[in-house]
Amino acid sequence: MRLQKSTEFALYAVLELAAEPERQMSTADIAVRYGISAHHLAKVMRRLVRAGLIQSVRGVGGGYRFCGNVRRVTLWDVMELFEPDFQGADDDEAVIGTPISRALDNVRAEIDDLTRATMQSITLNSLLKFAPKEAVTEQLSRLQAEGV
Amino acid sequence: MSGTATIFRDAVSGDLETVIRLDEIHTGLAKPDYWREMFQAYVAEEHFGRYFLIAETSNQIAGFIVGEIRTWEFGSPPCGWVFAVNVSPDCREGGIGSGLLDAVCSRFRDCGVSTVRTMVSRNDGLNLSFFRSQGMTAGPYMELEKSLERG
Repeated sequence: MRLQKSTEFALYAVLELAAEPERQMSTADIAVRYGISAHHLAKVMRRLVRAGLIQSVRGVGGGYRFCGNVRRVTLWDVMELFEPDFQGADDDEAVIGTPISRALDNVRAEIDDLTRATMQSITLNSLLKFAPKEAVTEQLSRLQAEGV
Repeated sequence: MSGTATIFRDAVSGDLETVIRLDEIHTGLAKPDYWREMFQAYVAEEHFGRYFLIAETSNQIAGFIVGEIRTWEFGSPPCGWVFAVNVSPDCREGGIGSGLLDAVCSRFRDCGVSTVRTMVSRNDGLNLSFFRSQGMTAGPYMELEKSLERG
């Protein structure tokens, strides 16, 4: 499955921030870490703020901080903000419905259903728990301290 | 319930009514006949690789899990299957589900099995998220079906 660039950037940003909820990171920091466009990421960050997943922190050392519930927010919660057409809506170039086009639509719907169920089942916490240690050591220590 | 020791033990016939009730709470459907048959096959009779485990906290049943080792089913080498897992709503988010899964996986491991598998409805977000949080991912098999209704 190919995600929109904005979705990918949003997932990087949200997961990076959720790994250490106390930490603030600037758009530039995240962009450098993942080798992505800071300009594009800035737009994504504004959307994430509006959705209430992250908050911007002003002042020296300001940036962004995760403000959701790492055990409740799923990959789908992030994805659906940037993939408005994913719900299986007809394309603009939809042709007249024929048995073949309808059969292909069914296959696409099947794949979309699987994708949605998969993304809805993975919380940020679950993904971070099984991600390589490098970026998530502190997150794991915190969760262990909380007895999760 | 956090801070209270939980024990994981084999089910006994006296657990049946609580299991039926816990399942009904989760699924909204009472299935006494089904669970009676499950107790007969998994609790009353002894079969290699079949496990019906209970989590007990403060002398109360906090949850249960049912699993079995199946061999060459769907062409798969021996593998542990988890058919049902259920934690009482009062006891959730306290590690009971993880403990139950660890307990049945430990039994599977003792039987020489190195893979555990389950099947969950796409609409069952609670259980899907639970198994994901335990590190389970999509496996190499796909479930397929078709309607047998006429017309």
